[in-house]
Amino acid sequence: MMQLECPCCGRRDEAEFVCGGTTHIARPGLAASDVEWGAYLFFRDNPKGVLLERWRHSYGCGLWFNVARHTVTHEVLAVYSISAAPPALR
Amino acid sequence: MRYSALALVRGALTGHRNWRPAWRSPEPRAAYDVVIVGGGGHGLAAAYYLAKNHGITNVAVLERGWLGGGNTGRNTTVVRSNYLFPESARLYDFSLKLYEGLSRELNFNVMLSQRGHVMLAHSRHDLESMARWVNAMHMNGIDAELLTREAVGQLVPALDLSPAARYPVLGGFLQPRAGTARHDAVAWGYARAADALGVDILQHCEVTGFLRGRGGRIVGVDTNRGPIAAERIGIAAAGHSSVLAALAGFRLPVTSYALQAMVTEPLKPRLDTVVISPGTGAYVSQSDKGEMVIGGSLDLFASYAQRGSFAVLQSVVAATLAMFPSFSRLRLLRQWAGIVDVVHDSSPIIGPTPVPGLYINCGWGTGGFKAIPAGGWLLAHVLATGESHELAEPFQLERFTSGRLIDEAAASGIAH
Repeated sequence: MMQLECPCCGRRDEAEFVCGGTTHIARPGLAASDVEWGAYLFFRDNPKGVLLERWRHSYGCGLWFNVARHTVTHEVLAVYSISAAPPALR
Repeated sequence: MRYSALALVRGALTGHRNWRPAWRSPEPRAAYDVVIVGGGGHGLAAAYYLAKNHGITNVAVLERGWLGGGNTGRNTTVVRSNYLFPESARLYDFSLKLYEGLSRELNFNVMLSQRGHVMLAHSRHDLESMARWVNAMHMNGIDAELLTREAVGQLVPALDLSPAARYPVLGGFLQPRAGTARHDAVAWGYARAADALGVDILQHCEVTGFLRGRGGRIVGVDTNRGPIAAERIGIAAAGHSSVLAALAGFRLPVTSYALQAMVTEPLKPRLDTVVISPGTGAYVSQSDKGEMVIGGSLDLFASYAQRGSFAVLQSVVAATLAMFPSFSRLRLLRQWAGIVDVVHDSSPIIGPTPVPGLYINCGWGTGGFKAIPAGGWLLAHVLATGESHELAEPFQLERFTSGRLIDEAAASGIAH
């Protein structure tokens, strides 16, 4: 089973977490076009490689946090605060 | 070589030494009229219908691995058309009807078994929503029956019907024409029939880039076996659609997830329908070999790893045992995952892309196998004519800008 490092509780099994999908999505302004709104609502990064995503320790402390994870190996490359900028990755 | 009882007898009398390979393995030509990227069911079916329906035979199917080695060989073989909205009902019933004639059409036994598909209701709300669902199916001209708890028990005697069950069964509904088909045979049958019409099937041929001409129009692909020119290109790559779209320079509203399936050791006939319980989160059928074939929820985080998470495996097994306590003594023989292309409304995308000359068939998510004949037919139509078939018109990429979604989340089966 995959394990994630909750910034508050430490390393726990995947079953305690819920994935919230791609992170760092910026909401467009009210003047945005249909194309911009469509992109904001439905189009997500879907790389075969490193994905920046948010997770919540739902069955633990409830904290939302960001994770950089490889979508093939599932290796976690970074865990960082929900409000932090993406880290520089190797 | 036509397959028949006579051919089988002739084969037996000659020691089975004279069977020919079902398709050729040619070297890639420099150019084709149409190239299809993805040698799974949808891609092979598209190639077959291009040749059969439209007379376009100068076609190549490029497959990175081996034929049907992706989701076509990794699904739980269920075919059905119990969808809610008219657009989807038309699409999936068209597919089921093509399945009904497919063995004869392809001269290849796809072992279609219309054993019925039972969906269980575990609450009053389930019963009410299923009554609406069955009515919607009737309005769309598709046969379905509401079932009482007793009728469910008669169809599925192995089910735990006791009121003390964790999720008591209150009733359900049946689509009698639904069932299963042998998934490998669907890929092989389409491959053999397409090959016989002149289509080149190129395995171990991975697309590494798209070649663009004047006005950005597609003019071919780069592959690990060299560049191949093509006037039009169709993508049918399921979970890898986003990767190919990125190579071609556009984005899709798709997220790739791992979807697991598993089989138990074989046992004597115990279950002669497909049973699904959205409440517990699992569905089961028994293969012709006797194995219980079990599926459930997605692993709900993006993944390109063709293996499932143990956490989800556990919950699917627990759900199965909640339905069928007698299966607790069975051992799992195999477990695997396929990478599925999930979109927000659980409906497919079949049509043009932002790149001129490049077309796509994707977004089937957790339910692509049942749609293989229709997906192939409709991709072939748009590749051949440049116009979307009327069945495919509602299922365009453009709906993610206009907002006209066709939300089939409920009919996709297990809540994902």
